[in-house]
Amino acid sequence: MANFVLNRRNLLAAGGSVLAAGVSGLLLPARAQGLVPTPSMSGGSNNYLKGAPTVDRIGKGGFWMSGTVRRAGDGAPLAGQRIQIWAHTTEGQEHEPHSHGATLTDKNGAFRLEMPQIIPIFGQPHGHLAYDSGEFKTVFLRPVMRSAKETSLEAHFVLQPA
Amino acid sequence: MRLAKATLIWAVLAAAVCVPIAAAAASPLLAWRGPVYILAGFAGIIALGLMLVQPLLIAGYLPGLSAYRGRRAHHWIGGALAVAVLVHVGGLWITSPPDMIDALLFASPTPFSPWGVIAMWAIFAVALLAALRRRLGLGPRTWRIAHMSLAVVIVVGSVVHGMLVEGAMETVSKTALCALVLAAAIKVMADLRVWRKRT
Repeated sequence: MANFVLNRRNLLAAGGSVLAAGVSGLLLPARAQGLVPTPSMSGGSNNYLKGAPTVDRIGKGGFWMSGTVRRAGDGAPLAGQRIQIWAHTTEGQEHEPHSHGATLTDKNGAFRLEMPQIIPIFGQPHGHLAYDSGEFKTVFLRPVMRSAKETSLEAHFVLQPA
Repeated sequence: MRLAKATLIWAVLAAAVCVPIAAAAASPLLAWRGPVYILAGFAGIIALGLMLVQPLLIAGYLPGLSAYRGRRAHHWIGGALAVAVLVHVGGLWITSPPDMIDALLFASPTPFSPWGVIAMWAIFAVALLAALRRRLGLGPRTWRIAHMSLAVVIVVGSVVHGMLVEGAMETVSKTALCALVLAAAIKVMADLRVWRKRT
């Protein structure tokens, strides 16, 4: 039996969650069902360079960045979407052009690009990814590796029409 | 016996400050960093080391230093600490301006950034207050409370900041230094009875 005690802490917690639900409801347009679009992550666009070339591999490789691109709502995989990738690696810093590259998603909406090993920069081992081709709204992601020793990283995009 | 104790205290202090610096200097990450970024990182480590020395100096725990010399050293090292933080932030700004701007605006995705930024402002505030103390006519009690409150913010902010960062510092030596910084600050604050009303 749960006895609900009305004290200040419970009231604050309940009030806070009502407030949070209300505010997020106002900020995000109502989506009756389906997949919610991925928001850009803070710091995701840092050291972004527009128009990174599509490459088979960034530098000498050894590390795999992979992920998927899907459409908001129905979750349909999006083929042929250009995803840009950059990071601080063993072969260069984030802002250096040779640390940047782009790849396209396959028919299943999946992408996979080999790049040099990511190493911690600014206190976290992380990569950057961008979708900015214009057909859908631009999204910048900044996934963090669980450990600097990992040799792969994933990031997933759910895009909404621009 | 007294000499042995004095030697031990200085040796532990030197090791606590120097071992983390040496361990970070051996980090493989440095091979992939530019000189400015490396300098910025070490300025941060040195600042953490100075933070251990500061309370020990002002409380007179370091054998062989008179109260006067300890106080003078505390003032100079306080200035050096502010400079080290400036080099830390300035060097990181040069290395990656957008990441540093995010941190200073509290918009960074990294959880350690706000702790470091708050500690930085507290360090600058202490330095400024110390420089203007006479001009502002701060009494000893007001000064002590202001300095000690800011010192709590500095120590807690810096330790959390340092522990959350995944960088060139080696984990064990970093944890030991952080623990000593906390312990020294707590001990000095308890011993000096800063918070009690003087009679």
